[in-house]
Amino acid sequence: MSHTETHERSLLGFWIYLMTDLLSFGVLFATYAVLSPNTAGGPNAKELFSLPFVLIETLILLTSSFTVGLAMLAVFKQAKQQALIWFGVTFLLGLTFLGMELYEFNNLIAEGASWERSAFLSSFFTLVGTHGLHISVGLLWMAVSMVMIWKRGLTPFINSKLTRLALFWHFLDIVWIFIFTIVYLLSYV
Amino acid sequence: MFKSYLLGFILSILLTVAAYLLVVNNMLSQGVLIIVILALAVIQLWVQLIMFLHLGQETGPRWKLISWISTASVLLIVVIGSIVIMNNLNYHVPSDQEIIENEGIHQSH
Amino acid sequence: MFGRLSLEALPHEWYTLGAVVSLGLGGLVAAIFLSKKKLWGWLWNEWLTSTDPKKIGIMYIIVALLMLFRGFLDAAMLWFQQAVLNGTSYGLSADHFQEIFTAHGVIMVIFVTMGLMFGLMNYIIPLQIGARDVAFPFINSLSFWLYVAGAIFLNLFFVLGGDFSSAGWLAYPPLSGLEYSPGVGVDYWIWSLQISGLGTLLGGINILVTILKMRAPGMTLMKMPMFTWATLCSMVLIVSTFPLLTATLVLLSLDRLIGTHFFTSTMGGNPMMYVNLIWMWGHPEVYIIMIPSFGIFAQVVSTFSRKKLFGYSWTVASLIAVTLLSMLVWLHHFFTMGAGANVNAFFGIMTMIIAIPTGIIVFNSIMTMYQGRITFGTPMLWFLGFVSTFSFGGMAGVMLSVPAIDFQVHNSLFLVAHFHTMAIGGALFGIFAGFSFWFSKITGFKLNEKIGKAAFWCWIVGFFVSFVPLYVLGFMGATRRLDQYDPSTGWQSLFIISFVGLLIIATGAFLQVLQLIHGFLKRNENKDLTGNPWEAEGLEWSTSSPPPDYNFAVIPGTNKIEEFHMPKNTPIGIYVSGFVFLVGFGAVWHIYWLTALGIIGAIICVIIRALDEDTEYKVILK
Repeated sequence: MSHTETHERSLLGFWIYLMTDLLSFGVLFATYAVLSPNTAGGPNAKELFSLPFVLIETLILLTSSFTVGLAMLAVFKQAKQQALIWFGVTFLLGLTFLGMELYEFNNLIAEGASWERSAFLSSFFTLVGTHGLHISVGLLWMAVSMVMIWKRGLTPFINSKLTRLALFWHFLDIVWIFIFTIVYLLSYV
Repeated sequence: MFKSYLLGFILSILLTVAAYLLVVNNMLSQGVLIIVILALAVIQLWVQLIMFLHLGQETGPRWKLISWISTASVLLIVVIGSIVIMNNLNYHVPSDQEIIENEGIHQSH
Repeated sequence: MFGRLSLEALPHEWYTLGAVVSLGLGGLVAAIFLSKKKLWGWLWNEWLTSTDPKKIGIMYIIVALLMLFRGFLDAAMLWFQQAVLNGTSYGLSADHFQEIFTAHGVIMVIFVTMGLMFGLMNYIIPLQIGARDVAFPFINSLSFWLYVAGAIFLNLFFVLGGDFSSAGWLAYPPLSGLEYSPGVGVDYWIWSLQISGLGTLLGGINILVTILKMRAPGMTLMKMPMFTWATLCSMVLIVSTFPLLTATLVLLSLDRLIGTHFFTSTMGGNPMMYVNLIWMWGHPEVYIIMIPSFGIFAQVVSTFSRKKLFGYSWTVASLIAVTLLSMLVWLHHFFTMGAGANVNAFFGIMTMIIAIPTGIIVFNSIMTMYQGRITFGTPMLWFLGFVSTFSFGGMAGVMLSVPAIDFQVHNSLFLVAHFHTMAIGGALFGIFAGFSFWFSKITGFKLNEKIGKAAFWCWIVGFFVSFVPLYVLGFMGATRRLDQYDPSTGWQSLFIISFVGLLIIATGAFLQVLQLIHGFLKRNENKDLTGNPWEAEGLEWSTSSPPPDYNFAVIPGTNKIEEFHMPKNTPIGIYVSGFVFLVGFGAVWHIYWLTALGIIGAIICVIIRALDEDTEYKVILK
């Protein structure tokens, strides 16, 4: 059984796993849609969210999705240094995104708008928090991958895994498009 | 390949900023605005699916495409189904809070 | 330091002490046996760390049968309470009764049927499609051990906590929320389902990719055996709906752990949303366990009628239709929760429609018999039992799909009888048919047909004696989950008849165990030497019984004799599941450092495995 066949199978399996992850997000989106009006006398979305801040977050994550694409182009060209650089840039952008998100969460909690305040806030923190958790896993995966590229070089074994990492990262940006739109933009409408 | 990523990146920025500006500057009436920004999100979804994730470009049987279509369908059922059903249930079986608000009941303390 | 775990959690009721003593004794006996025969190494190297789907399949079946034993005992206790102990002072307490029916439901649906099903699939599917293994052997091992971890959570309350969930097999809030169930019971329930659910999801992806990508050359989709088609549909459902369960359980556990308000009765929570979400998973779940049995029956009836399956394409189309439609009917589980007539009508109609492709599948199986040369081997008897039982229960289902009727019998014993008819007459009989059909392939020896047939007759007669009274009781107004009822209702005689039915079923189960023991003792006289004792069609019958580790020396459809790779054994599946167990255990008892340790440990194991480049060994044929 050739390496390409194994790679194809792993890729399809991982893709299907991403689809299942999307479905769990679907439940969180549905829950947000149903429960977001339930502010239980507490603050609502419009009062809490800063759209300019979130726009910057969004553009940072979007850029990181682009740079991980550039990293994969380097991988296909077997350009080890380039790949490391672009993965590094992606990592830093992702870390910044996460930092900004934690900053936002911290402020909300300090104002008393934690997940315990209302069903709306429970849904918000869970939906956005779950995305943030996925980003954290992606960052860990990326860090380990960069160490492996540095130590073992761009072997077919590692390249196969990097393809899946890039898929994962792209997918997280896709989910964020909908969080940006449904949670943040729609709150202002 | 590089062109695909670059084009996808630029289109995504444009779509994101467009939606942002439309909302922040209140440029359309509420109903239309909601539909437009959702449409912009769906367009960006397809841009990224094709430009970043290379959907539909597999060799051999297109299992990735099929599983995406299947997932998207289930997602629509889950999200829209929940919204419709819960809306209906909340109307017929309101919570105490909703009854108090809707019926204009005043509580004396 | 230990969260809310204290010495009080140790067993002190008769049932927890009894269970701990039996588990302890059983474990001790097993340990002594293994030590005496020096089999620990063999157990670890040949079985527990195996990545061979045939071995994993057998392990699934063994664990599932152990759970079946407990689930059956639970059922017997419920029946005994209602038939005999009702009104006396010896009865089970209401709370204990509730814990028993909760456990019974979870065990039967999640651990018995899913376990037996995955067991059979692991063994048979690669053989049927001409493959040597499943797509992801390590993940296969991991899936099994996650299933075991989930099963341990279900039984852990016997040892620590004494208290399982009393909120029913689906744990509706607000009852399952923190306010009304503050103890560890519901938490054990959550983690049992969450962990085994993760295993199921991974298994679903695994078998799905296996079927899509690893068929022997020349086996197009429309040439696949019906069990493979049915498995494909079931795996698609798993992949489409188990994530919904995962997410919903996360929401419930957040409510219980960090004070969120998804399903609380105040602060904006909406318990009805839980019911909606859980049934979005729950309905497809019952089709997940049902559809593979359709596939087994199609193969059995074709073999024992010596005829090709009637209407292969229509059966495939109907399997796909049932798969798709099963995602559009979930509201029929809560017609009475209060939705308006339009919404109820839509789901009522969709539920009626799903009966059509289901009917086509059953009728195609029956039509296969027409002008066939029929022999009545044990598997064929299970099929015939299915036809009568499933149709009966299915018609009750069509009645229930009418909201107006459902308003009368929702949550009555009529409903209980209906779903047990489908689960037993459909899913379980299918598994029994599959076992008797493929037993000799798996073990290399044949089972005694006479005992098998006697067991079948006990099951089918016992089934009707048990459940027809329940249909009647439902119409008379008896609700489900009743631990006490007023003797003046006159229901006791029907409950007693039902209990007699249970005893007949128990005889059938006893005969099945006897058949296994007898078969094992006489295995040398009943060897399966041809590899195809039923003269059936399919690639699995072209191998020896049992097949070699690598299934096929030469992949069917190719003429190449080449060297190939097989996956090595690995203990990492066990270690990851162990750490995941700690995550859950810490969450249940609020020992948060343990949860953190579990997460870190699991991640480290996954990283170690991911970076391991030496996971296969070469097989060279001479």
